[in-house]
Amino acid sequence: MEIFLTYLKVFAAGGALCALGQLLINKTKMSSARILVTFMLLGLVLEVAGAFAYMKEFASAGVTIPITGFGSSLAKGAMQGAKEGGLLGAVSGGLRAAAPGVSAVILFGFVFALVFRSHSKKV
Amino acid sequence: MIDKAEYREYVGKSAPKSPMFRSLAAAFLVGGLICCVGQAVGDVISVLFPDMSADDVGSWTTVVMIFFGSFFTAIGVYDKLGHFAGGGSIIPITGFANSVVSPALEYNREGVFFGICAKMFVIAGPIIVFGVVAGIIVGVISLFA
Repeated sequence: MEIFLTYLKVFAAGGALCALGQLLINKTKMSSARILVTFMLLGLVLEVAGAFAYMKEFASAGVTIPITGFGSSLAKGAMQGAKEGGLLGAVSGGLRAAAPGVSAVILFGFVFALVFRSHSKKV
Repeated sequence: MIDKAEYREYVGKSAPKSPMFRSLAAAFLVGGLICCVGQAVGDVISVLFPDMSADDVGSWTTVVMIFFGSFFTAIGVYDKLGHFAGGGSIIPITGFANSVVSPALEYNREGVFFGICAKMFVIAGPIIVFGVVAGIIVGVISLFA
């Protein structure tokens, strides 16, 4: 029963973030790049403010799977880097924390673009 | 002749009503489901590797979800989902993967160098630049905090 509740919270939080994004798209006609940047920065600010940890505790993947989680790990890594490694740590900590995601996206993007051909040609 | 305000009113009346409720519901449904898949991936990883730290489980979950997003983009499924789901397929990390893989695939006809590699970050470039710069600002400020 508890696991059902967990997934319900994940679904509700993730769905709410995505619906908020869709509302922005409907109201402002923002492009997907701007939407992604906005939500990433939202996650980053929430992490710095200390609110993201509580949201994560409540909704886990519901807030970490959306791009807000990417922003949060950038901020978390930067703050941790500053604590442990001085200026060099502060400057490199964010990208270090985001490195698994960025590396994965570059690797898969490169390999799949070599192997597959573009499908949807209708605009 | 009609003035701007009248024209705007005319367009507002005659343009098709954007299906606000339907698009929000679709985004909520698909976005929520993708997050549940992410939660399931994380749960499976922590069962398979009980000694792994929570941060590492999170990183692996991100990598697996990016794999899913990239793969379903490559076989042409993700963009079809995007037509239905809008924000529901953009906001999750799979949408970030889609924003990289989609232009990489589209431009692979222009070669590996200036096609795939150069065009890969047409959409995701701003995300990485804003993210890295904002991260550095947060890090440097927290040095003094």
